[in-house]
Amino acid sequence: MTQPARHAAMLSISNGGPNAVAVDKQQSQHIHTQSQSSQGLRVPSNRKTIYDRHLNRSRSAELSRASFAFLFAEMVTYAQRRVTGIQDLERRLNEQGYPLGLRLLDLLYYRTMASSTSSSLSSSSTSAAPPNRPLRILPLLHLIHGPLWRLLFNRPADALEHSVSPETPNEYMITDNDPLVNTYISVPKEMSMLNCAAFVAGIIEGVCDGCGFEAKVTAHNQPTEMWPGRTIFLLRFGESVMEREKVLERAGVK
Amino acid sequence: MSYYFTILSPTDVPLFNIAFGTSKSGGDGIARFRFPDTAQYMNQFIIHSSLDVVEEAQWMNGNMYLKHIDTYPPASAYISAFLTPSGARFLLLHQPPQLPSNSAGAGGSMSGSLLLGSGGGSSRASASSVAANPTSPQTEEAVRQFMTEVYENYVKTVMSPFYRQGMEIKSSVFRGRVTAAGRKWL
Repeated sequence: MTQPARHAAMLSISNGGPNAVAVDKQQSQHIHTQSQSSQGLRVPSNRKTIYDRHLNRSRSAELSRASFAFLFAEMVTYAQRRVTGIQDLERRLNEQGYPLGLRLLDLLYYRTMASSTSSSLSSSSTSAAPPNRPLRILPLLHLIHGPLWRLLFNRPADALEHSVSPETPNEYMITDNDPLVNTYISVPKEMSMLNCAAFVAGIIEGVCDGCGFEAKVTAHNQPTEMWPGRTIFLLRFGESVMEREKVLERAGVK
Repeated sequence: MSYYFTILSPTDVPLFNIAFGTSKSGGDGIARFRFPDTAQYMNQFIIHSSLDVVEEAQWMNGNMYLKHIDTYPPASAYISAFLTPSGARFLLLHQPPQLPSNSAGAGGSMSGSLLLGSGGGSSRASASSVAANPTSPQTEEAVRQFMTEVYENYVKTVMSPFYRQGMEIKSSVFRGRVTAAGRKWL
């Protein structure tokens, strides 16, 4: 316990410059490798833990569509085991997407933060402000419609609408004309209600919940002549969200 | 300056905590709080009591780093907060060093006589420096840098397929990274 601390103290006494920091880092890495080697199977053999990998490495990398289609088909098959009906199946797909939404949210903010501040570690010129967390419903929807969709599918979603009915002011709709997840899924006739984009609905639900907007998100088929696979994601925000929305509107929070 | 850092899940479950001291201006990185060692839970009390303020502030201010949000004068503890978009709270309690007469006695328990002399001298010098002033812009900036670096490592933890939201972070590598960030910025 005393050993590394004393060393750090001596370093910072001798010199506070960048040199000292570099030596310091080396030292801490040394300590790492020592502790890692004693842990056995808990660390990979090349000593590269997830903390040593850069989060932006796979930023512009694209996934093979074939392998994604295969994997997703397997996920649907897996979810289809021992389900009682279409709704149950959609619920399972939704649950598979939910944790993904929570993760993507953090990743999305990390990436926009890292790109707005040039070489985050060394420079202190962090003039560009990091993105704000969404406080109201509309910024949240724009976040899903734009950045999140671009992160997932490399393009923004096709439409964003608010329910016109005065009875349901808490309903919003995001439209995708041709959802990637459904491209290679053919739904049998007797299950025509099923939409496997329930998985994406789960992702959206995770994002909303993560931001503190309790919501239920469902996927619905709404084919048009031009877009047979058109899917509408219906977002129903909870009571508490609508109440807070009113309070924030009065307070003038954007 | 002594620090107590904790990560709380959106449902107020503590996921990670660590106590450390400053490494700037001759500090040796060991936390020396004003409470006796038997009363370290005081830090947790103070830091968790600031959650009400955080929950009020988080809907008024869309920034991720909320700066210094709460003070507990009896222990002269200052609390800074950082919110991740997915609702986890990073809270940092900082406590400026006490008057030098007392800090030399506390430092003597662990380190040798060589360090004791320099430690006492530097804490007297730092009483007027940046670190001793928890609300100065420099301190805010240093805390922001620290939080950003921890956030990067937190995202890496969260992206692990074996991690579910609300699980305690036990990784020793993560702890090492947070310690390193503390040494670098605070």
